[in-house]
Amino acid sequence: MSAHEHTQHGGPLAMTANLVALLILTGITVGASYINFGSSAANVTIALSIATIKAILVALFFMHLRWDKSVNAIIAVSGFLFLGIFLMFDLIDLGNRKDPIPRNVPVLAEPTKVPESMNPLLTPAPVPYVAPAKPAGEGEGEHEGH
Amino acid sequence: MEPVLHSEQQVGHRPAPFTHYLNENTSLWDWMTTVDHKRIGLMYLVASGFFFMIGGLLALALRLVLLTPKHTLLGLTVDADSYNKLFTLHGAIMVFLFIIPAIPGSLTNFVLPLMLGAKDVAFPKLNLASFYIYVIGATMAVSSIIIGGVDTGWTFYTPYSSSFANGSVAMMTMSVFVLGFSSILTGLNFIATVHKLRAPGMGWFDMPLFVWGMYSTAVIQILATPVLAITVVLLAIEKTLHIGIFDPRYGGDPVLFQHFFWFYSHPAVYIMILPGMAIISELIPTFSKKTIFGYRAIAYSSVSLALVSFIVWGHHMFVSGQSQLATVVFSALTFLVAIPSGVKVFNWLTTMYKGNIVLASPMLYAIAFLILFAIGGLTGIFLGTLSTDVHLTDTYFVVAHFHYVMMGSTVTAFIGGLHYWWPKMTGRMYNEKLAKIACVLWFIGFNATFIPQFIMGSQGMPRRYYNYLDQFQPFHAFSTVGSWIIGLSLFMTLAYLLASLRKPCDAPDDPWGGTTLEWKTSSPPITHNFADQPVLEREPYDYRPAATAGKH
Amino acid sequence: MSTTTPELHTHGDHSHGGDHNPYHQHHFTTMEQQFDTSKIGMWTFLATEVLMFGGLFVGFGLSQGKFPQEFVDAHHHLQRWAGALNTVVLLISSWTMVMAVNAAKTSDKAKMKMFLIATFVCACIFMGVKYYEYSHKFEEGLLPGRFYVSQVTDTLKACVDGAAGAYGPAGCTHGYATFFSFYFMMTGLHGIHILIGMGLILWLLKNADKFSAAYYTPVDLFGLYWHIVDMIWIYLFPLYYLIS
Repeated sequence: MSAHEHTQHGGPLAMTANLVALLILTGITVGASYINFGSSAANVTIALSIATIKAILVALFFMHLRWDKSVNAIIAVSGFLFLGIFLMFDLIDLGNRKDPIPRNVPVLAEPTKVPESMNPLLTPAPVPYVAPAKPAGEGEGEHEGH
Repeated sequence: MEPVLHSEQQVGHRPAPFTHYLNENTSLWDWMTTVDHKRIGLMYLVASGFFFMIGGLLALALRLVLLTPKHTLLGLTVDADSYNKLFTLHGAIMVFLFIIPAIPGSLTNFVLPLMLGAKDVAFPKLNLASFYIYVIGATMAVSSIIIGGVDTGWTFYTPYSSSFANGSVAMMTMSVFVLGFSSILTGLNFIATVHKLRAPGMGWFDMPLFVWGMYSTAVIQILATPVLAITVVLLAIEKTLHIGIFDPRYGGDPVLFQHFFWFYSHPAVYIMILPGMAIISELIPTFSKKTIFGYRAIAYSSVSLALVSFIVWGHHMFVSGQSQLATVVFSALTFLVAIPSGVKVFNWLTTMYKGNIVLASPMLYAIAFLILFAIGGLTGIFLGTLSTDVHLTDTYFVVAHFHYVMMGSTVTAFIGGLHYWWPKMTGRMYNEKLAKIACVLWFIGFNATFIPQFIMGSQGMPRRYYNYLDQFQPFHAFSTVGSWIIGLSLFMTLAYLLASLRKPCDAPDDPWGGTTLEWKTSSPPITHNFADQPVLEREPYDYRPAATAGKH
Repeated sequence: MSTTTPELHTHGDHSHGGDHNPYHQHHFTTMEQQFDTSKIGMWTFLATEVLMFGGLFVGFGLSQGKFPQEFVDAHHHLQRWAGALNTVVLLISSWTMVMAVNAAKTSDKAKMKMFLIATFVCACIFMGVKYYEYSHKFEEGLLPGRFYVSQVTDTLKACVDGAAGAYGPAGCTHGYATFFSFYFMMTGLHGIHILIGMGLILWLLKNADKFSAAYYTPVDLFGLYWHIVDMIWIYLFPLYYLIS
């Protein structure tokens, strides 16, 4: 970890160039936000792609991963990879629910009115079932299947 | 009892008494400020062992309540809320205060640097910090019991935990947050240690398999625990600020909570089992006097188990309201995660085949592990299969399954490892005969407790219920008696282990004939572990006679 | 695939016979091994930070999927220029931090202190803009969760989730409140990390005399932490301020 070994790469010039690139990309992403690329999915994708490029530049250059031992890069990538796994499987679930999740529907709307025929306070109580009396000894061939 | 001695390994005479890590710098302040991984390991052992006892007493209480369908405990009627608190605390204490921190904190902390031929872990001060953070988190958890108890189940499902449960839920969840950091820092330490502090000549595939298992565990600790941290923070904020992420009253999704929760908690169960498997990978070759079969297969299976464990969490949510597609995907992946475990079991069995088996007490625990893990693992497949899970979920079948893997496997391995490394850690041998009896009692008691639960569960007995239909009473009664046998075995174990400490400190360096580097130093080790930097000369588990031994 | 066998060729100042670096910890064979290990430890910690913040990002993203229209409407209340300014300030602070690490590596203590102070100043500017944004939100009533009492529109004025948890009148949805809940949580947690970073910069400045080419590990590791904090903002900025 001596001094001269490291200033051969990653010197102030490279770092300043990196900063300039990042500032330019920031400008691009702000500008892009004023343009509608069609669908909101496209807008999100463009914005996040630019953000990812910036993040990669920060990681590779400012955080020195370009010149470090690869184990550090593997650790860094693992963090993002497993975050991606978390997001992906959540989307597999939440994106495929067949039951309707109310979207843009007032969650707190007035409760649906119960029709009067179903209102237990209004309909008369049901008559209890009474089994018909069985005539004794008659065999008319009534089908008594269960 | 005679310790099992292997003449090649018995190192020369050491003038007794000699200075080692236990009798050097013995003031309380020295212990409280120690950065010696061995001392920190002992402190973790005592602390986590204490909480194991608390959690175990809660379990005994639970089983007593369930002895009859009248939900009474020693004559007092237990209402549903109290019962809910009992099982929640049993679960939370056992999971967060015992089984996740115990093996990494105690046995691994002690043994890993020795196995690598290192003087300490990578960040010794961080190791001590990990321990104190654990103590703080455990204190918070205990205080949540005192201020009212938690009754949500250890899984804290919303909306009950976010809307209806009482205030000590926040304290318990914050304690989980703190304990999570302890776990993360321990894992961080082990990863750095394994990468950078191996002895000269020890490449990745020359490490003992215990190290592979603990490295895989550490990877899970790093990647999964932060999501738990954010989950409990979000839960606490949901409770106080009603932000609308998990609680449907504010626009949230309770199943999302389950996704967040299980993204950590499923890999967490592999944080529990991988150290157990790591111990077994040490016990079996040593007590079969034979090199392990399929070293690379076991190494790769440890890592793949850690990685694949991250993509199966939805199998805890099959009936919760997940989408059908997610359900099918998670079920298929769950079958995949069983494969590395199977590879290990077959490799261990093959190692034993035609070996010179020594049935010392650690080996008895290892054999118990093989049987109990086979049952636990296979029953997991039934639960991973959608059509059967619909019937078995939230029944006692699940309870029995996870006790077979967490208790029948991990705790069995932990006790076996504790016996194996006891002479190394304390310099004393315990009473071998009592140990064998305790192991048999453990095996009998464990099966007696949990086999009836499989049967009950398949017949529909739901879990977390404080009473039940009369048809289940014989099973519950049998299970409760089984729990008493477990309690007896554990108290016996504690007693003879503590009794061994009164003996003189004269255990041999290598009582079992192990080949890994920890057996090359004194029992107990000197403070700096090794007198000279050990250099690895033999492959791991090389039991060939010295004439033909040596690395290729 | 690295072993601990110390490398035989070591340029730099620690191969001098007899010289012992006072920061050399005894369980490491060489300073280089110690430095590499520290870096691995730091990166592992940063991976946990990524996953922790990432959980919040996932929660935000999934909530946005649930309330797409409200999230878009709500985000118009954020000031784009403030977010952009903060992004620029943080990027510059990352650059000053890299300069500080470089200065430490070349034993240029004066420059290192200067760049550390510059980083601190950037952080102050960031927090200042944040303070302005937050107070603006408080005035408008755009608060997290149940404190959300926006006076911005008539419809939303009625969306109050009272202490008793009562429902509001019809037309009220939770999307706005949820947006601001996430906004405050994520920018708040990020802000806490900036404050912690500021404290650590002060600590580095206080101990500046210890750092030189022979030992600059804390400066380097802090730099990594600072860049991660910057990286989180790089993702926060478009998601909250720019997406429509």
